[in-house]
Amino acid sequence: MISEKANQQMDQMIARYPVKRSAMIPMLHLVQAEEGYLSEDGIRLIASKLDLTYMDVSNTASFYTMFYRRPMGKYRIQWCRSISCMLCGGDALREHLESRLGILKGQMTPDGRFSLAEVECLGACGRAPMMQINADYYEDLTPAGIDRILESLK
Amino acid sequence: MTTKVISARFDLPDSHRIETYVAEGGYNALRKALGGMTPEEVIEEVKRSALRGRGGAGFPTGMKWDFVPKDNPKPKYLVVNADESEPGTFKDRVILERDPHALIEGILLGSYAIGCHQSFIYIRGEYWYLIDILEQAIAEARQRGYLGRDILESGFDLDIVVHPGAGAYICGEETSLLESLEGKRGYPRIKPPFPAVVGLYGCPTAVNNVETLASVPPIILRGGDWYRSLGTGKSGGTRLFAVSGHVRKPGVYELPMGYPLKKLIEQDCGGIRNGKRLKAVIPGGSSAPILTAEEAERATLDFECLAELKSMLGSGAIIVMDEDTDIFKACWRMTEFYEHESCGWCVPCREGTRWMSKIFERIHCGEGRPRDIDLLAELSNNMFGRAHCPLGDASAWAVEPAIRKFRGEFEKYLRPPAKVAAS
Repeated sequence: MISEKANQQMDQMIARYPVKRSAMIPMLHLVQAEEGYLSEDGIRLIASKLDLTYMDVSNTASFYTMFYRRPMGKYRIQWCRSISCMLCGGDALREHLESRLGILKGQMTPDGRFSLAEVECLGACGRAPMMQINADYYEDLTPAGIDRILESLK
Repeated sequence: MTTKVISARFDLPDSHRIETYVAEGGYNALRKALGGMTPEEVIEEVKRSALRGRGGAGFPTGMKWDFVPKDNPKPKYLVVNADESEPGTFKDRVILERDPHALIEGILLGSYAIGCHQSFIYIRGEYWYLIDILEQAIAEARQRGYLGRDILESGFDLDIVVHPGAGAYICGEETSLLESLEGKRGYPRIKPPFPAVVGLYGCPTAVNNVETLASVPPIILRGGDWYRSLGTGKSGGTRLFAVSGHVRKPGVYELPMGYPLKKLIEQDCGGIRNGKRLKAVIPGGSSAPILTAEEAERATLDFECLAELKSMLGSGAIIVMDEDTDIFKACWRMTEFYEHESCGWCVPCREGTRWMSKIFERIHCGEGRPRDIDLLAELSNNMFGRAHCPLGDASAWAVEPAIRKFRGEFEKYLRPPAKVAAS
């Protein structure tokens, strides 16, 4: 369910732009924050507020990797796989993370706590390897550091 | 000691707060411009500074602003490209985090120059934590009368909206960014018309990188000639270099244009880590053609020298590779990046990046065919200049020069030709 507060926030978002369709990405972020993913109801609500069809919104959302159509883990891990992280030993470290979580990239732990995705450059190359968990950046990763981080997210 | 222009305030306590910025002379450039300079004079000063775009393409900033038509009755927009996504690049993030008011003052000056009253900062969605910092900085500036209506009683109005992206490298390309900002899929537009004439909502628009705009206040305050003299004649000023890979001290360094690459790696960054030797350097983000250690020895960090070496300064992201680096695997990884980030609109890029990825994969699995390395080079050459936008060129540049310069690294994955059985 989209809360009344979020509903109002959407109207404020629309008011910020000369053309209301511009508010679509901020609104999609908001739906995802509310629902944990882009729910059908959320997409329908955006479409009705922007005078667009369901397909207009769904089609736009599917272009962007930060949006997903099914629930993800409570802690959504995005593992950077790009060149600088790779050069600094990122692949071996990802395998360590996978073995700790007992899942592979693209999967979610059965308790729904963690989901793991490999993503492209997150702009933290000077402190590679790195990962993002929900909104937070974790940099200069080591096997022991990863263990500590996972421990803190129980 | 080199002059610090952009990074001067990075290490101050509470560097992101307006009190700090103002105490260091912040918003004085705005006072100077609104108090006694015409928009044309602002543009002229920026032209004189030889400031070139810090996002990747290196287009002269003053000229870009000059292209925005003065007599067009439509609203004009200044859009900030904070969609920093080029692999190896992490310098705009530091400005946004530690000195957001430098960006805001730069936006004010640019908007005044082109006659814009509504600006947008398009920031990549993954930089979520920076949005709060930006919003706070904007609120502070508005409270002090630097944003909003009748700024500093000059009659000039400006507002800034922070707009998050949602994870698409292609939206760093200016026309894709505009599409995305309009709430659409981030497909690049055909140029011309250029955004300066037909940009956001079909209106004249200047799209500038974060670091470019943050460089403008000191130019207005101290003069274009001063700024230009910090760099080489053609590439004015200083810029931020983001160094990553196998150096002892990776990070963001502000250096004058024309600084020797070797000195940056060996002195500023403490040399190659673990006492290894240098094998290769990518000097401008993953889209810039790779340099051999020998080329890196003589490279200076300016647009001209790197163009002579048939590479580019790009986003100022320097990726350093030591002697143990597998160039084949590094290239494969970069190709997969472009395959993933290709928007899929045009065939050369969509099919080319995928095809190249497949060839890399089969070579790596030991299924490579003798002609595969030439095929990779040929595909690169065929993609170059034939794609809808520069992403196709970038993916070609990540491969073909590497094959030319490090062919042995590719050949070692090819199995020795099977012996032909005697008939």
